[in-house]
Amino acid sequence: MFCRLALIFSFLLIPVTQGLAQIPMGEASTAKEGLDIGVSTNEIAITSDFRGADLTVFGAMTNADDLLLAIGNYDIIVTLEGPRDYATVRKKERIFGVWVNTDSMIFEQVPESYSIASTRQLDDPTQLPPINTAGVGIEHLALNPIGYIRDVGELSDFREAYRRLKLAGGLYQKEASGVRFVSSSLFRASLRLPANVPDGVHIVRAYLFKSGTLLTQREIPLRVVKTGLEQAITDTAHNQPFAYGLLCVLIALVTGWGASIVFRKD
Amino acid sequence: MWIRHLHALFTRHVRHFPTTSSDKREIACRTRLFCFALSGLTVTIYLPIAELSVNIFIILGMGAAVGFLSGMFGVGGGFLITPLLIFYNIPPVVAVATGANQVVASSVSGAITHFRRGTLDMKLGTVLLVGGLVGATVGVWIFSWLRSIGQLDLFISLLYVVLLTTIGLLMLQESLRAMRKAKLNQPLPLKRPGQHNWVHRLPLKMRFKKSKIYLSAIPVVTLGFLIGILTSIMGVGGGFIMVPAMIYLLRIPTNVVVGTSLFQIIFVTAYTTMVQAATNYSVDIVLAFILMVAGVIGAQYGVRVGQKLRGEQLRALLALLVLAVGIRLAIGLFIRPQDLYSVAVGGIGY
Repeated sequence: MFCRLALIFSFLLIPVTQGLAQIPMGEASTAKEGLDIGVSTNEIAITSDFRGADLTVFGAMTNADDLLLAIGNYDIIVTLEGPRDYATVRKKERIFGVWVNTDSMIFEQVPESYSIASTRQLDDPTQLPPINTAGVGIEHLALNPIGYIRDVGELSDFREAYRRLKLAGGLYQKEASGVRFVSSSLFRASLRLPANVPDGVHIVRAYLFKSGTLLTQREIPLRVVKTGLEQAITDTAHNQPFAYGLLCVLIALVTGWGASIVFRKD
Repeated sequence: MWIRHLHALFTRHVRHFPTTSSDKREIACRTRLFCFALSGLTVTIYLPIAELSVNIFIILGMGAAVGFLSGMFGVGGGFLITPLLIFYNIPPVVAVATGANQVVASSVSGAITHFRRGTLDMKLGTVLLVGGLVGATVGVWIFSWLRSIGQLDLFISLLYVVLLTTIGLLMLQESLRAMRKAKLNQPLPLKRPGQHNWVHRLPLKMRFKKSKIYLSAIPVVTLGFLIGILTSIMGVGGGFIMVPAMIYLLRIPTNVVVGTSLFQIIFVTAYTTMVQAATNYSVDIVLAFILMVAGVIGAQYGVRVGQKLRGEQLRALLALLVLAVGIRLAIGLFIRPQDLYSVAVGGIGY
């Protein structure tokens, strides 16, 4: 009831606010800001000499407010999220001088890889307005443990370790200046796929923030596939493991036998 | 660093070849060129099962170096390949399974040679094999279980440390004693195959014609069983344990020991490769093939160098090498890891 009243009230205010400076409440623009994105490629192939790849995401803002644009109140965050799987984090402790995995925690369905690019530093409190990045970014990934948890107090340690290790291993990446405006409403984001990027369906997501609040988001899938021989080998190894094993053994037998013929001393 | 050592090793032994000086120069030149190419080039190749890109020349160099040593010392080389791969950041799961596959290739050519010479006891090998296959099955089961509880890497390292240091020390002790004796011109004490111990009082005796021995099947099957477990957990053929055990424990004549153990190793490692491929999907055929090709070629050079060296010197060198690998692995167990936490994809058991 109150909401509806406020809405009516804001419509009444339109002619007044249009002439004045922007008031956060009761936006005056006729249409809502929109976001469109496109990717340089929708498939990335892992070839035998794969050393990582760069992905460029293009995008355009529609119905952007010129004034807000001028003072840099729009922010874009682009993420590339890898296929999801369970992740096990283990902790070592010293037992009789030897470092042994003692404690472990399993997080459900977390992305195997995650790259994020943004128009500015996300976790910098000195920059205003702060971006309300709920659900966006490495720090906000949901890390829900499953199964029995021995010590709830350790949960944050495990979560922190997971993020640290993923960042250190290059599978999680953040690029504070990865998104650049090409013109007033066109932007370009570059994301890096590491050499050990998992294959599967990745998702490119772009988020538009106005004055720190999430307005809208777009997503497109990106397939990362092993190609040619690599694909054939992985497929066979997982779908016909028996035949694959037999092939491995045969190759070994032929190599050994061949060597004994080639190097035979008569 | 090790490339330089390899180069030194190559050039040092070139002197022993009875070749002309121009040949010598050519070999030295080629070796230097080869080592230069190894150290300078970085051609990456993607390993589909290990899921990472590696420098193909490092893998080739590893295979050739281990092949060279295995040819020189007459061992399969699995106990060197697997730790080396782990040092080069190949996941231990893949390193072990691929190591077993590589041993198949390196054992075949050796076994063929022994078969031609008639120093291979098929019947004894088959009895060993029965135990070996059962052991390998149990071993893969233990392997998968350790992997699921997150203790696989530790267990592999521990097993390697215990086995390598024990065997390294025993070999070193034995070879030093032999060297001292040789210096004093004392005859070595002859091994007496006829001598009996408790092993020979066991029931279920069988006659092995080729080995000229009448022996209970129980210790033979047990030995095969234990080595089979090691094959699946460590990715080794197990010749470095089986040969001494057959000579000293079972008193099998020395001439058939190596051929018979190689015969058995082919089948157990082949079987392990199959089972690892079927249960853990961890045999990397690309990695294995590079290692095999480099290994069999390296082995040919190793055999030639090995023939120029004296037995006890050779054994002392091998002992030092085995000890070095063991100590390197032990250090890894005892120093504080850089990060106490580790991440693995997948929640096994859920």
